[in-house]
Amino acid sequence: MKADKTLDCVGLYCPMPIVKTAAKIKELKVGEILEIQADDKGIKLDMPAWCQTTGHECLGMEEVGKEIHVYVRKKHD
Amino acid sequence: MMAEKEKLTIVLFSGELDKALAAFMLATTGASMGMDVTIFFTFWGLNVIKKNEAKVKSKGFLRKMFNIVNRGGSKRLKLTHFNMLGMGPVMIGKLMKEINMPSIDEFITMAQEMGVKLMPCTTTCGLMGLPEDAFRSEVTSLAGAAFFLNEARQSKVTLFI
Repeated sequence: MKADKTLDCVGLYCPMPIVKTAAKIKELKVGEILEIQADDKGIKLDMPAWCQTTGHECLGMEEVGKEIHVYVRKKHD
Repeated sequence: MMAEKEKLTIVLFSGELDKALAAFMLATTGASMGMDVTIFFTFWGLNVIKKNEAKVKSKGFLRKMFNIVNRGGSKRLKLTHFNMLGMGPVMIGKLMKEINMPSIDEFITMAQEMGVKLMPCTTTCGLMGLPEDAFRSEVTSLAGAAFFLNEARQSKVTLFI
């Protein structure tokens, strides 16, 4: 999947990937995709939960070695 | 997207580092999730947001003595378990750094920057003889129980830590 912006959260634990995602998503335009790279497994459940609450779309995730790459589409400002 | 912001209200009654961290982790996560977050500090929880430097100037012998033994400040918080005369918090601090976890000071600043309201309880401040300037600059303002209950009444999530 091709992302418009990437956020490196490798080495960070909950809640930092979520806190950083919330800040980073502001830099995107509606419809653009943010890729979050993390290695804390908590993100597998946390990011869909964050999307459900904030109304952004969790497009999916893939495991790349020890990392988890999550794709989120910005749905609103 | 939520039409109106959902609210998260936390009472931080405890003054230990581990419990304070739990409160601030949830508060910053809530703010990241678009929630309107308030932390209401009462009793020992007030120690978390007291200034580290200045000694509290309170009136009366008992309150003066009390504020000497209960000095507070983020750098003086203990752990609920394995405090080991202050070695516990130092070791936990080291471990937190190792995993890039923000310190309690960083959490307090981050919470304030994210719009989390940090409110000390007026009555316990009065009881313990704490003036408003006993608290660090991130603190929003003092508030009473009615304010808290009104926030809690409208909150989807209310926690007592």
